[in-house]
Amino acid sequence: MQLMEREEKARLHPRSSKSKEMSELLSRVAERGDVVAFQELFENFAPRVKSYMMRKGADPNTAEELAQETLLTIWRKASLYSDEKGSATTWIFTIARNLRIDRLRREFPWQALPEGHNEEASDDTPPDEQVSERERKQRIHTALSALPRDQHEVVTLSYLEGMSHSEIAERLGLPLGTVKSRMRLAYQKIRESVEDLQ
Amino acid sequence: MIKHHLNDATLMSYAAGSLPEALCAVVVAHTSNCSSCAKKVRDMELVGSLLFDKIEPVELDGSAPTLALRGIAAEIDSVIKPHSSADNISSARAEAEIHAGICSEIPAPLAAFIGNNLDDLPWKRLGFGVWHAHVGPESECGRGDLRLIKVAPGQVLPEHTHGGTELTLVLRGSYKDEIATFGVGDVEDVDGDTEHQPVSDAKEGCICLIASESPAKYRNLVARLVQPLTGL
Repeated sequence: MQLMEREEKARLHPRSSKSKEMSELLSRVAERGDVVAFQELFENFAPRVKSYMMRKGADPNTAEELAQETLLTIWRKASLYSDEKGSATTWIFTIARNLRIDRLRREFPWQALPEGHNEEASDDTPPDEQVSERERKQRIHTALSALPRDQHEVVTLSYLEGMSHSEIAERLGLPLGTVKSRMRLAYQKIRESVEDLQ
Repeated sequence: MIKHHLNDATLMSYAAGSLPEALCAVVVAHTSNCSSCAKKVRDMELVGSLLFDKIEPVELDGSAPTLALRGIAAEIDSVIKPHSSADNISSARAEAEIHAGICSEIPAPLAAFIGNNLDDLPWKRLGFGVWHAHVGPESECGRGDLRLIKVAPGQVLPEHTHGGTELTLVLRGSYKDEIATFGVGDVEDVDGDTEHQPVSDAKEGCICLIASESPAKYRNLVARLVQPLTGL
């Protein structure tokens, strides 16, 4: 995409502009181990990562350690990220998510399995999809905000509180099937919002 | 050609990082060979990043950034570039990919844990024509249950009691139940209260990776088979 078009798009979508900025910071870390860029990333993400860890039951000290560890992982794995592949925030979210699984939910000792292929920003995205990535995020954002309250609730409990379907069912006093169908319906609306972007 | 996929609710819970561990193993194994499920997961991760964006930040103690940066400075000093610090996970992944090249029967992420030969596993007999093998140490399986099941041709797959979601991924052969026929790469995603009686393919039998949310209790097959005869 031409630079001017990009800037125009950034002006129209402030959120995209911020996420673009994050991608650039991450690229600077990846390409030349830029410590200043990393510090900016740290200040932007670490407090939210800390909050994210506390929601899954980590005490403030543990949450702070995990926030640091998440950011260090970002530093170490920055070269696996490329801004053409997808959103920096999404990549960072998956790293924080995997670390939270790893440290706060010790069900199995071989925790590497769920990290699998997803931590690397996907490298099989065709060029035309790269262009629409930010548009995609914008649309999903709109669809997410428009979800009915009961669907938004299960989605939030699942993503932010890290609760399984069964745990959500227990918390809300609903049958498991109801929780699952609310999740499914929520995803349907999200998918519909980006259907024509394929 | 994969015909049966994971439920969107299962995929979403996986992307959210809230799917029980044993089920994650099946999701990872299936999505590594299924581009349509993998694509859904990417959108679902985008949902995660949007929700994450809106989290109320909790300020770190003043010293924190310096600590992390000190860690980084130490890495720079010891001439470890960001990209050169490949950890165990990436090497396990690389190894798994090599395995996958040799034997595509086992999805790469799973091969990292069980090796590349399905015939070589420590199969334990569970009943007539049915064997099982645990993935990972049995005693450490926590709440969930994850195991491989091998069924001789034309046999009934073991029935087990469980709660919550059960995922079955076919690695070799096929099986059929009231819902459909499931072949290699297909996954069956059912609730615990769904009653089904899967029968393995008459020629090939099947080998499946089965995960359930709660510890599975496989009923003694011998007892079950003898039951109708003795009328007990």
